[in-house]
Amino acid sequence: MVERLIPTALVEDNKFCPGCGHGIINRILAEVLDEMKLTDKAIGSMAVGCACLMVDTFGVDWIQSPHGRAAALATGIKRCRPENPVFTYQGDGDSMSIGFSETMYAALRNENITAILVNNGIFGMTGGQMAPTSLPGQKTVTSPMGRNTDLTGQPLNIINQMKDLNIGYLARGSVTSIKNINRVKKYIRNAFETQMSGGGYSMVEILSPCPTNWKMMPDKSLEHIDNTVTTYYPLGEFVKKGGDSNE
Amino acid sequence: MSKKDNTKSVLTLHPERCKGCRYCIPTCPKDAISISDRINQKGYKPVAVDMETCIGCGSCYTICPDYVFEIKEVQ
Amino acid sequence: MALKLMKGNDALAEAAVRAGCRFFGGYPITPQSEILEYLSKRMPEVGGHFVQSESELAGISMVHGAAAAGFRTMTSSSGPGFSLLQEGISYIASAELPAVIINVQRYGSGLGDIFQAQGDYFQAVKGGGHGDYRMIVYAPASIQENVDFTTLAFDKADEYRNPVLVLSDASIASMMEPVDLPEMHEHDPNKNPEAARGKGDGPFKRITSTMYYIEDFDTYVKKKYDTMAANEERWESIQVEDAELVLVAYGITSRICKEAVMLAREKGIKLGLIRPITLWPFPAKAFKALPDTVASFMTVELSPMPMIQEDVLLSLDARKPVHNFLAGMNIPEPIDIVEKAADCIKQTAKGACNG
Ligand SMILES: Cc1ncc(C[n+]2csc(CCOP(=O)(O)OP(=O)(O)O)c2C)c(N)n1
Ligand code: SF4
Ligand code: SF4
Ligand code: SF4
Ligand SMILES: [Mg+2]
Repeated sequence: MVERLIPTALVEDNKFCPGCGHGIINRILAEVLDEMKLTDKAIGSMAVGCACLMVDTFGVDWIQSPHGRAAALATGIKRCRPENPVFTYQGDGDSMSIGFSETMYAALRNENITAILVNNGIFGMTGGQMAPTSLPGQKTVTSPMGRNTDLTGQPLNIINQMKDLNIGYLARGSVTSIKNINRVKKYIRNAFETQMSGGGYSMVEILSPCPTNWKMMPDKSLEHIDNTVTTYYPLGEFVKKGGDSNE
Repeated sequence: MSKKDNTKSVLTLHPERCKGCRYCIPTCPKDAISISDRINQKGYKPVAVDMETCIGCGSCYTICPDYVFEIKEVQ
Repeated sequence: MALKLMKGNDALAEAAVRAGCRFFGGYPITPQSEILEYLSKRMPEVGGHFVQSESELAGISMVHGAAAAGFRTMTSSSGPGFSLLQEGISYIASAELPAVIINVQRYGSGLGDIFQAQGDYFQAVKGGGHGDYRMIVYAPASIQENVDFTTLAFDKADEYRNPVLVLSDASIASMMEPVDLPEMHEHDPNKNPEAARGKGDGPFKRITSTMYYIEDFDTYVKKKYDTMAANEERWESIQVEDAELVLVAYGITSRICKEAVMLAREKGIKLGLIRPITLWPFPAKAFKALPDTVASFMTVELSPMPMIQEDVLLSLDARKPVHNFLAGMNIPEPIDIVEKAADCIKQTAKGACNG
């Protein structure tokens, strides 16, 4: 057994709700940065959403982006400081609704940045409104009868939008079990390795529970991801230019 | 857990951080985790661990969103 | 120093490069696209970065990132694109980052049209984006001033850690004039210890709205902008010493007004001119120091509705009549300005008010 110590970037208790997936994702991201000795060099472009709650608790250099523009900010930072690991930390609303264009164009330009996209299928920060990723029939405060895909379109699968692009790395994981958490950590590591070797755009989408706005107990939220959400959003590595997966 | 080099994995608990989500409880292979009766500073009933049963496997560390567990190697 | 014949947009872009600007992100729109075109070639020559962004929203956000990383950076746009820049300008001001913004004004609301105008005045000087911020706004009236005020804009952006706007227009953008370009200046992105470059051994940096970390922010932010307002007024006064009516005009219209003043004086009509160089802060001091001979004012504006008139009235505490000459889409002739001014002088003498 190896030691499992709280990584250095987690400088304060997090401010997320009980059972929020952001907490787990924060920790594995911090672990990867520590293990790759990148914590001191990393620059994060922080989305607007529950991601904002990290600004005092996650100890790397941060720049607060306007809602949706995190990838554009990261572009400006990375072009100027190509030696530094530059990443975005964004929710699904930020990256796939208001910031869909910025997200896609960073990938289209194959910017050498890492995007961490936390897909909880809802606008968490603002109180549980429908997101582009909300599932058909999903009840939210702006789709009280359940998401009607005839009127609102099908759930957005961002991996499908990106997987044929000339980019470095693309994966989707979830945080529902030890196995899945370890796997997503590996994905995040692969993403940063892609960036540090100049391999171009890397993105990891992470299916994450929002028990508060799903109005579900935390344990049920994890089951919901495993049983339902993953049927819309399959897990795995989709682009891996750096070589074979060594899972 | 005894190892060749005589170190032991020992759990350290930060119950004041616990928000009572219960993710750790079914994850523990030894059923060593329970919810205590007291209320912590954050206003939740924090977990307690039966240190006699705990084998320091670290599963709780991995699943916990709130950094309640750490595993340290001691001689 | 040898003068070089340059087009307004090109000269402005070259001035930015020579001020040490090493990141530009922007989106094409007439009449400012030449700035992009120029920098797409020039930035790589000086080790800088040029990105044609997917939109102005993205362009200003790239600038935001580059500014946070400690680099001198700029974006430019016009009309509809300037509207899209407002989100980012507000964020940049809120994070107290330096950046230079160019708006080459074109005519109209909505899509409007590509010819010269001054209709973005309110948007430029009264905020534009959300919340409590101001920007120094420079109004160049020549290609040389495009160069000089773009250079100055970078220095002032650094001095106040605030975005600075250069408000050009379609005619200045496309005119050619001889210019004296400054020497090349290199800006050290690591000079500011607050620049994002990884935390290293130190504390991590949070480049976000400074209101989260400054005590009594209301007082702090008011003082910041009061200081700018007190120290940064710039203007040019022409023949106001004995004037009966003072014209007020900025940018391209101020050049026509200079001719109008000369023409009027030939005819014995005592016109003067105040040309605001900074539109924010508006040069109120210029209006406080006028002789008693000045009985009224006339703004000359390239828009169908008065805008600058409002700031003149405020500067005068509305104590004197302020007429206006609204040229709208058409560049006015000096003689038309003189005739209207002569008329206003008569009206004022009769006691008629704002026309
Ligand atoms: C321009 C703009 N529009 C709307 C908002 C309000 N807003 C803040 S966060 C958010 C959605 C966040 O959802 P998501 O990105 O999925 O993040 P989560 O909180 O779920 O992690 C919205 C709409 C804003 N801050 N700015
Ligand atoms: S609202 Fe949802 S996403 Fe936000 S902190 Fe709470 S559980 Fe997490
Ligand atoms: S997983 Fe962490 S926060 Fe949740 S109950 Fe267990 S110790 Fe508490
Ligand atoms: S370390 Fe393993 S055995 Fe011990 S409490 Fe945690 S999960 Fe249970
Ligand atoms: Mg979300």
